Amino acid sequence: MSSQPFVFEPIASRAPPRPVGGLLPWVRRNLFDGWTNILTTLLLLLLLALALPPMFQWGLMHAVFGADNAACRAAEHHGACWGVVAEKYRLIFFGRYPYEQQWRPMVACALMVGAIAASCYRPFWRAWLLGLWALVLALFFVLMKGGLVGLVAVETARWGGFPLTVMLATLSLLIAFPLAILVALGRQSHMAGIRTLCVLYVELVRGVPLISVLFMASFMLPLFMPQGSTIDVLLRVLIGMTLFTAAYLAEVVRGGLQALPKGQIEAAQSLGLGYWQTTRKVVLPQALRLVVPATMNTFIGAFKDTSLVTIVSLYDLTGALQLALGDADWRKFFFEGQLFVAAIYFVFCYAMSRYSLWIERHLNTGTRRE
Amino acid sequence: MEQGRPDLRTASALSPKGIKPARPAPPKKRDWSWRSQALRSLLYQVVALALVISAGYYLLGNTLENMRLRGIKSGFDFLVQPAGFGIGESIIPFDSSESYVKAFAVGVSNTLRVSALGIVLATLLGTFIGIGRLSRNFLLRSLCGAYVEFFRNVPLLLQLFIWYFILTETLPTIEEALKPLPGVFFSKNGLQFPIPLWADGHALTLAGMSLGLVLAVWWGRQSRRHFEASGQLRPVALPALALLAGLGLLGWLLGGSPAALDIPESTELNVVGGGSLTPEYMTVLMGLTVYTAAYIAEIVRGGIQAVPFGQHEASSALGLSRGMEVRLVLLPQALRVIIPPMTSQYLNLTKNSSLAVAVGYPDLVSISTTSLNQTGRAIECIAIIMACYLTLSLLTSWFMNAYNRRSLLKER
Amino acid sequence: MSSENPIIEFNDVNKWFGDFHVLRDINLRVAKGERIVICGPSGSGKSTLIRCINRLEEHQQGRLLVDGTELSDDIKAINAIRKSVGMVFQQFNLFPHLTVLENLTLAPMWVSQIPKKEAEERAMQQLRRVQITEQAGKYPLQLSGGQQQRVAIARALCLTPKIMLFDEPTSALDPEMINEVLDVIKELATQGITMLCVTHEMGFARSVADRVIFMDHGQIVEENTPDEFFNNPKNERTRDFLSKILSH
Repeated sequence: MSSQPFVFEPIASRAPPRPVGGLLPWVRRNLFDGWTNILTTLLLLLLLALALPPMFQWGLMHAVFGADNAACRAAEHHGACWGVVAEKYRLIFFGRYPYEQQWRPMVACALMVGAIAASCYRPFWRAWLLGLWALVLALFFVLMKGGLVGLVAVETARWGGFPLTVMLATLSLLIAFPLAILVALGRQSHMAGIRTLCVLYVELVRGVPLISVLFMASFMLPLFMPQGSTIDVLLRVLIGMTLFTAAYLAEVVRGGLQALPKGQIEAAQSLGLGYWQTTRKVVLPQALRLVVPATMNTFIGAFKDTSLVTIVSLYDLTGALQLALGDADWRKFFFEGQLFVAAIYFVFCYAMSRYSLWIERHLNTGTRRE
Repeated sequence: MEQGRPDLRTASALSPKGIKPARPAPPKKRDWSWRSQALRSLLYQVVALALVISAGYYLLGNTLENMRLRGIKSGFDFLVQPAGFGIGESIIPFDSSESYVKAFAVGVSNTLRVSALGIVLATLLGTFIGIGRLSRNFLLRSLCGAYVEFFRNVPLLLQLFIWYFILTETLPTIEEALKPLPGVFFSKNGLQFPIPLWADGHALTLAGMSLGLVLAVWWGRQSRRHFEASGQLRPVALPALALLAGLGLLGWLLGGSPAALDIPESTELNVVGGGSLTPEYMTVLMGLTVYTAAYIAEIVRGGIQAVPFGQHEASSALGLSRGMEVRLVLLPQALRVIIPPMTSQYLNLTKNSSLAVAVGYPDLVSISTTSLNQTGRAIECIAIIMACYLTLSLLTSWFMNAYNRRSLLKER
Repeated sequence: MSSENPIIEFNDVNKWFGDFHVLRDINLRVAKGERIVICGPSGSGKSTLIRCINRLEEHQQGRLLVDGTELSDDIKAINAIRKSVGMVFQQFNLFPHLTVLENLTLAPMWVSQIPKKEAEERAMQQLRRVQITEQAGKYPLQLSGGQQQRVAIARALCLTPKIMLFDEPTSALDPEMINEVLDVIKELATQGITMLCVTHEMGFARSVADRVIFMDHGQIVEENTPDEFFNNPKNERTRDFLSKILSH
């Protein structure tokens, strides 16, 4: 039968019988919850205990930090030789750029990185940002190339290291992004001719490895030029990378365009907006917001792909490392150099992926119903 | 009736005979006036095509002129000439007197050789790590997460260089090779291991295994039928494995138990015999596997997380065990989300194998580059590379589209 | 009501989500064949209460007995209970990759070891009961919301449960489909099956329930027959809630 609570007394909230917060319960839940978990934890702890102390000893305790070749050789196999970094860092960072002029790529690089950092900060997204970029790019090339303002001219074949990586990544992305938007819009177009052209471009470029695109750019672009003129090595590679990145970005943007509800375009049309107005004011802002994660992934991919220019003999960060370790004295310590360069890439790419998460949250606060 | 209002009583209503029959649509009239949409779009397309064609014409003209000036010949006739270079490793016998066509074929076979094994290993490793990222154990979750973050944020080329360095510099020379197992040699020259020598008895072994496979499939069918008829589940996986292994063993025994192995032996300066894997092959394989596994792990994790939690609740409420739930409810739905991006990762792996040129593994791109340097036929060689990869991409896209169409959850 | 043992028995049941005390000293006895409607504001713990009955949620204190078996961590006990308790969810939770018929025969075949033919016959019988036999070969996403929920009810019934739990079955439906689902539940109610239904549909409660329970802040505030509950609410909070719910 039903139980009648004749007198209703409100019951106050009580604390749970077993504490839920705090370190010990967390450890129990996450590490020792059930037999498989306990076994896994013990196994992994054992592996870590075997692997970490030797790594720690090799990397820090017995390592040589100074640029001392003899000490490095003495410590070989039980101590890392970070001295190779101390000795070769300028070669790694700046490639074959003339030694005395290396302040120029350093300043140029700092300017570029500064411009990128400024672009990440939302309150700076105003029209003057474009002006800033134009200025920074101009300064970058003046500093690197020289030949003006009393600076010694340095040919592009000697540019290398970190500035080259940053320049290739940034420039190819800056040009590829608007191109990708146009191609994506073209692919959605009603006009069969334009649509076919865009589809052909995207499918052709996405179906082949980047290396073949770079080869094609390296070998075939000079042939395209009218006789007598040549095309700069760096420019060829830049064109190749831009075309490649644009194809992938076009697919990403197309995904966003397709995910946009049709009702948006219909609403804009019923308000009397034309095609380009609709696209600029209604379609693109929303479509681009939708694909922020995929776009940032492509950016990170492009940054990593700059390493491939090593194969066409441009000495970016990865290539400069190979150069630096051509020195027989230091060749044995290749591994430490590689770890150093890997760490640089890791820091930048990881920062970009974190930024991507932040910006996705930030941009979507208006679109979610919280 | 008010002025201007239509007379509703005489408006066309349903005819006394019922609803009017459907009529075919009138022919479409194209409006070619100056402002019409149709004329404009046609104009745009004509202009665009004209631009593209004229640009192409200009570039082509320049190219032909430049080629004439530099004495570069064109045409694919060079393919039948002898290659004039050797290839480091190949499963088809090749020497420098063979034609370029054969050289390219060797390149393609090398690419496929490393890509196929790479795909299998990367899938296994990636699936394991992807599931590990969803584990309740904090250590496992973090280690898998660290793996993914590390290998995704370092360029593949650099990873290949690091692997190559480990495999060629840190390992001992062949005179002092590592011997982890009897007959297995691991040194700067690669991995050498015993391989079974083909004897007649092996044919019987294979026959036995094929028979085992057929019987296993039959057993699977039978137990399914039994389940539907009576509701009793019969074990399938273990008996199938037992059949395969058991009949294979039987065949081997009947064939005279051929156990001859070609075991590598160390001579004074070298190790002869047995099967071998070169350091270049192992570099490309390990690099591609480890790199792609990180991406596959994320895809697997995303697929499992994409299945709504309500599916798990409904399965629990119905009393399904965890194993049944994974098999009948979770996996079919997760696989739908996993397979398309997984296929493009497979394609990426195959395209990334082109980086082998940087470590000296003779894949398609590497051989094409060598041919290019020797014959000067840049356009033809690059065209061959692109044609091969394009074919592969288009085949994969076609397969994926077919799969997508079939597996789409049927909606209204 | 008969005086035999209750089929569901809550004895001082308490549950916490982290630090949040979501069920407070719940004492409830449900007799066999009784039909109970639970209502209350969101966050009051009503869904959690019925989910504890088939162990979709675990209680931390107190004893909960279902059909004589105590609910604990014992997997065998939980599975046995789940065979005799059917649940219908707000979001239907049908398996989208299986047809309607396959949705219904999955559990009988794989959990109760019933042969396929017999399972399909039972499934068609249940589909007849919820009046949706012509959709047997379709996939869930091809059906309307009301049809999907009826299929979900049929799926739960295929295991011939003794107790049926409904977690806001009509809250995710368009208004014109609510009645088709409520009619099915009303028809079930006349067949002697024990039912606990969390819902906001007060007309349904009035016509079907033997008892109406009002929950707020994790505890049972008032329980009574529908007549008494709606016409003569004894507690201030109940009156407050009813005035909000019944005003439109």
